Amino acid sequence: MTDARADMLLLISGIGGILILASLVGYFLQRWLSPNGSNAAIENLNARINAWWIMAILIAIAFVAGRIGVIVLFAFCSFAALREFVTLINTRRADHWALATAFFVVLPLQYFLLWSEDYGIFAVFIPVYTFLLMPIITVLRGDTQRFLIRVAEVQWALMICVYCASHVPALLTLRIPGYEGRNVLLIAFLIIVVQLSDVLQYVWGKLFGRTKIAPNLSPSKTVEGFVGGVASATLIGASLWWITPFTPLQAGAMALIITLMGFFGGLVMSAIKRDRGVKDWGHLIEGHGGLIDRLDSVVFSAPVFFHLTRYWWTL
Amino acid sequence: MKALFAKLVSIIVLLFARAVTAVRPIWDESGLPSQQCVYFANHSSHGDFILIWTVLPPRVRENVRPVAGADYWLKSKINAFIGRDVFNAVLIQRVREERDADPVTVMANALDEGSSLIFFPEGTRNLTDTPLQPFKSGLFHLASARPRIDLIPVWIANLNRVMPKGEFVPIPLICTVTFGAPLRIGEGETKDAFIERARNALLALAPINGETGR
Repeated sequence: MTDARADMLLLISGIGGILILASLVGYFLQRWLSPNGSNAAIENLNARINAWWIMAILIAIAFVAGRIGVIVLFAFCSFAALREFVTLINTRRADHWALATAFFVVLPLQYFLLWSEDYGIFAVFIPVYTFLLMPIITVLRGDTQRFLIRVAEVQWALMICVYCASHVPALLTLRIPGYEGRNVLLIAFLIIVVQLSDVLQYVWGKLFGRTKIAPNLSPSKTVEGFVGGVASATLIGASLWWITPFTPLQAGAMALIITLMGFFGGLVMSAIKRDRGVKDWGHLIEGHGGLIDRLDSVVFSAPVFFHLTRYWWTL
Repeated sequence: MKALFAKLVSIIVLLFARAVTAVRPIWDESGLPSQQCVYFANHSSHGDFILIWTVLPPRVRENVRPVAGADYWLKSKINAFIGRDVFNAVLIQRVREERDADPVTVMANALDEGSSLIFFPEGTRNLTDTPLQPFKSGLFHLASARPRIDLIPVWIANLNRVMPKGEFVPIPLICTVTFGAPLRIGEGETKDAFIERARNALLALAPINGETGR
């Protein structure tokens, strides 16, 4: 097994290579099909590729900075995601203190607990203590109108944007025999597989998409895109076994689970957007929409990936 | 020294406003206002003019002054420093009995000096559940005094949820600032007709379902 740094370097060069290729393709497509910026699909493709560069560079910087870098990066992601989520939910004035607690107490504490590597409290802090404390803070203001809806929405916002998202950096805390010092590669594996699955579903769908898979939820998703994207992302996951503690077969199975969770996560988050009558969660990432638009599949797959790995591979 | 400190405070306020609200401007088809103008906006929070300020490009921002109530902004030394030195506000006396100068004259003078203004035609913050209160007559008198200045409706969305009345901790929520097409007072247009037209132009910018239609 090679040194973690060497593997990381190889991975970064690989991703850099893919992005350079994507940028070249985007550039020539624009030259041929959209020289004056008239083709919206091509313009959006290039905006997406440019945003990918920024995201990849930010993640690479966080990885180089080590544990604290990764935790800070995801804490900020949680903050921006929670901001997008809460913008779309039914809040009333009486929710003010509960929301302030969510942003300025719960979120930082969850990441602090992660930093302190105390798994017992990290795993229950939001689903037990916060879920009991938040409705108490809300009820003290005495406003009963749509009480259950308001409480449930804030709790789900925290669950998705903070609790689930924090399971990505939590991969660093796993102690896997023979894998010491390489945990950051598990994060790389998760993010690469999930995001490539999203990209490949998009590409397969654009090329061969005929049959809509969920017309009420996400009109752009097709059966062909789903099958092609999941299958190719699973193969890529299997071929990345060398950065994981898994065998090629196990890596493929993990990749399949991750991509399926990611796909259904995307559907769930789409359903929320439809219900609220918006197309995107926000405008943070040029070409992609909001941060949640990019993070939805990661958020759904991270806790499952974390627990499967923890259950079978850690001491 | 004081000017430098004021500049520093304004930078901190702008960064803070962006961190909390991730505020995004939505320009009218006519684009970024290039000429001197009066921005008139809905008013639900003390931070309203800060958001308009934040989304304007720095060169434009330099010449934009908020119109604010002297009763509030001269209440304490800190308020006065923020109002006068940091934001260069045009302070007008809202309470008729305490006026030493006519507010419309004060605003018109600021326009004559070349500044653009941010003006809240509702007069006070809207603490009701209705999206927009009836306008006071100030906008009409200002428009009549300087009829050749563009009036630009500006809708500030969501800031009232960031910091409702009586709360002092802001909740991070995404805000948008929507700019409408410029309008001017018509020849011989009556007060009621003009106020109605301006108010409708502003209301038309209000988002439906949390997102603007454009």
